[in-house]
Amino acid sequence: MSKKKETILYIIIGLVAGFVNGIWGGGGGIFVVPLLVYLMKYEERKAHATAIVIILPLCIVSAITYILQGIYNFPLTIKVGLGVVGGGIVGAFLLKKLSNTVLSYIFYTVMVAAGLRILLM
Amino acid sequence: MKTFLFILAGIISGILGGMGMGGGTLLIPMLTIFFTVPQNIAQSINLVAFIPMSIVVTIINIKGKMIEKKGLLKMIIPAIFTAVLASLAVGRTKNAVLQKSYGVFLIVTGVFFIALTTIKLVKKRKAEKENEK
Repeated sequence: MSKKKETILYIIIGLVAGFVNGIWGGGGGIFVVPLLVYLMKYEERKAHATAIVIILPLCIVSAITYILQGIYNFPLTIKVGLGVVGGGIVGAFLLKKLSNTVLSYIFYTVMVAAGLRILLM
Repeated sequence: MKTFLFILAGIISGILGGMGMGGGTLLIPMLTIFFTVPQNIAQSINLVAFIPMSIVVTIINIKGKMIEKKGLLKMIIPAIFTAVLASLAVGRTKNAVLQKSYGVFLIVTGVFFIALTTIKLVKKRKAEKENEK
């Protein structure tokens, strides 16, 4: 791949990640991982780790933009946030021990089911 | 009781997020479907809650030399631009519209990743068979 083409692809990945993460309040990382693996030939585990680094500043700027527009609920955020941080540490350890093919199928099926539930609400 | 359930919802999505499986994509529908939190507030909670988690995970990953620095800034700078624009759009969009589009996003993403996981599985099986020969 030429240097110029590589730069353009990186910029496109960034533009998509920022848009998805901002408009739906998350999920930007989930798209960055396969793009990095299949387009940029990143090693799978490194793609996951790198996606989190890309999403972090996006979450910060989006969170600030949301809060400035009055879209927040701090008491609820603290409760859920405590769980997320605790669960995140557990998840980081589990990642090394579990084969996640079965888990992937369960997770993505739940995702489709949740989507259908929302559309039918 | 409700506080406990909120923390539990956080733990479940935190575990998935820590495994790099996009826990946030499930936290938002959990909050809107089971706790009737408005869509935009659920998105805001997800954005804020994942900041400390990704900082911790990134520190661990830097120590493990897991981060590819090559194209990092080329992706982050344009991403910040669209992130701000999209977030501003959220403030001007009705929750009902936001929520339905989120439903479509979940279905499309879920189906895409079921296909991708299946392709990976088939490839792995093939490679294993080749090795046996």
